[in-house]
Amino acid sequence: MKKSVILGALTVAGLAAGAAGAATLDDVKARGKLNCGVTTGLVGFAAPDANGEWNGFDVAVCRAVAAAVLSDPTAVEFVPTTGKTRFTALASGEIDLLARNTTWTFSRDVDLKFEFVGVNYYDGQGFMVPKELNVSSAKELGGATVCIQTGTTTELNLADYFRKNNMEYTPVPIETNAEAQQQYLAGACDVYTTDASGLAATRAAFENPGDHVVLPEIISKEPLGPLVRHGDNDWGDIARWTLNALIAAEEYGITSANIEELSAGTDNPEINRILGTEGNLGEMLGLDNEWAKRAIAAGGNYGEIFARNIGESTPIGLSRGLNAQWTDGGLLYAPPFR
Amino acid sequence: MTTLSDPPVESFRLSMLLNDTRYRSYTFQFIALLCVLGLFAWLGANLAANLRAAGLNISYDFLGDPSGYDINQTMIAYTSQSSHLRASIVGLLNTLLVSILACITATIIGVTAGVLRLSNNWLVRKLMAVYVEAFRNVPVLIWIIIIFTVMTAVAPAPSAFRGDDPDASMLFGMIAFTNRGVYVPKPVFEAAGWIVLAVFLASVVAAILYRRYARKLLYDTGRLLPTGWPTLAILVLPALLLYFVLGRPIGLDVPTLGGFNFSGGINLLGSLIALWFALAIYTGAFIAENVRAGIQSVSRGQTEAAASLGLRPRRIMNLVILPQALRVIVPPLISHYLNITKNSSLAIAVGYMDLTGTLGGITLNQTGRAIETILLLMLFYLAISLTISAVMNVYNNAVRLKER
Repeated sequence: MKKSVILGALTVAGLAAGAAGAATLDDVKARGKLNCGVTTGLVGFAAPDANGEWNGFDVAVCRAVAAAVLSDPTAVEFVPTTGKTRFTALASGEIDLLARNTTWTFSRDVDLKFEFVGVNYYDGQGFMVPKELNVSSAKELGGATVCIQTGTTTELNLADYFRKNNMEYTPVPIETNAEAQQQYLAGACDVYTTDASGLAATRAAFENPGDHVVLPEIISKEPLGPLVRHGDNDWGDIARWTLNALIAAEEYGITSANIEELSAGTDNPEINRILGTEGNLGEMLGLDNEWAKRAIAAGGNYGEIFARNIGESTPIGLSRGLNAQWTDGGLLYAPPFR
Repeated sequence: MTTLSDPPVESFRLSMLLNDTRYRSYTFQFIALLCVLGLFAWLGANLAANLRAAGLNISYDFLGDPSGYDINQTMIAYTSQSSHLRASIVGLLNTLLVSILACITATIIGVTAGVLRLSNNWLVRKLMAVYVEAFRNVPVLIWIIIIFTVMTAVAPAPSAFRGDDPDASMLFGMIAFTNRGVYVPKPVFEAAGWIVLAVFLASVVAAILYRRYARKLLYDTGRLLPTGWPTLAILVLPALLLYFVLGRPIGLDVPTLGGFNFSGGINLLGSLIALWFALAIYTGAFIAENVRAGIQSVSRGQTEAAASLGLRPRRIMNLVILPQALRVIVPPLISHYLNITKNSSLAIAVGYMDLTGTLGGITLNQTGRAIETILLLMLFYLAISLTISAVMNVYNNAVRLKER
């Protein structure tokens, strides 16, 4: 046991170095499949459906990248990761891309040697409590037992928030969202805390979502985004600009419905450059010129992905809020394609 | 007269390293040693090179940084502003707590079940067989989760104790069984309370001395002094008298329902209880088999001889069989204790913050120092295991057959 741990650590270190040396793009192409790290199951963001097909908001990013690189949105091997295993999986090269509602923080970017390629959801940490407790504000949570996913930034925010407000609490550390849900429903904790989007998704999966309320306080900034390893900037660029293409597509009105029509050529040079009828942006990335077209066609633009997986018409029912385009007063702002 | 001469001393030649059986084994051992050293040097160099290539360095500086997270069971003062090192020590103490509790309970369960498996009563014998087979053939992780799930599902939530006609009530008005654990009263000592405690400890010593004196008297003169009630009197009376004379200086801090949870008293976390019982009954099943093997290794003639001296069955077991069986029982018992300690690292399954949960879990995650924390974790577990081995070996030496 002890020996296998040290050998395992050595192997991990070995793989990490090996993976960092080689070009991820070549590896993915040779493999014919993109290894994408996702959650172990969070409805709306990444969860397998009844047929075992992975679906969700984060999954769509994986599929877009696979479509851009491999011309096939289904050529993705989804690797479920927990809050604890995700970074090791990425650092060791087990996955090429981690799209697992991961908060972009300084230490993860700099110290853990990862490259966040953008933000696909602006979130914040919230609290959910059963309605029968008659709690209307997080400030009334002094003395509560709080279920929390271990290995996340929420753990640290929670400690800071309660300390700042001079309140006591009992943390119940839990490994996955599914276990947390079970503990919370059994009443083993009074409060469940995680990102507000995660709370909405969890609540939507309850039998009686109406019996639970998400408190109004948002206690942290959680910019969630996909990330890759440090050291392979070409691969990072592909992931970054695939995400940007999805966001820009919404801004310019490129949808999965009209993409064929628009790719015949339009009088908007920006659209032409994204769809590859003008310029050679794709070649600069080491792909062909239709990469972004395929990425958008895979699941639609950012707005379509949002609406289909977590939008107001779904059981999760999240409004766009901060995640609207900058032209609509949100924070989404893709840099120019030129 | 003949002269004796020494046999000619053969001079050492290099070829003898291979040809001479006296030296050949050294040659091979030396080669094997070189290979092992080479392998480790290669692994180490590989690790160092890869870490350098990945831009990582081995550093334990993070241990001094504030941890930033809270822990639900702390035996020493700890806040989210304490260092990662302190968080590790909190985890270490939690590991030791659950291991010690589980070792003691497993021994009691194991010895009882082992003895009862050899009972003459068919029902008892079969029941114990069922216990042993059921528990040692299902992975301990499953038992931990089963016990924890049953506790959270069956026990009432603290809110069930609320109101004028609550669904649940406290045992003796003092102990609350909830799905978050068991809340028990906590003794509160005033200054004079410590005197009472000291007197009680002194009476324990006195009781032991009295029993020793009674035994010596029995062996020396054959006079049998009563031991039952005098021991009880020595234990209880002085402390009890003092307690009332000093005006009842020891109080109880009874848990009361306030806010979301019970406050006051001691909260035995559900996760601790689940882990403790799962480890105890699982390992207890193994110990039961050891005990049975130990007892069966004592020849039947010993029992018959003791019976023919007129000893009653219980005394035969306690005075004749078990002391001899211990020689067989103790060595494997050591490994079971080590197993309990190592299996306690499954604690994260129920959210008990042991060493693996703090140092190997949250600290690893928040700092990203995987290699450093895993090495440290191994060091901690190695130290605990070696300590247990050392202590148990001392005990083993005390009970083993004294050959003269």
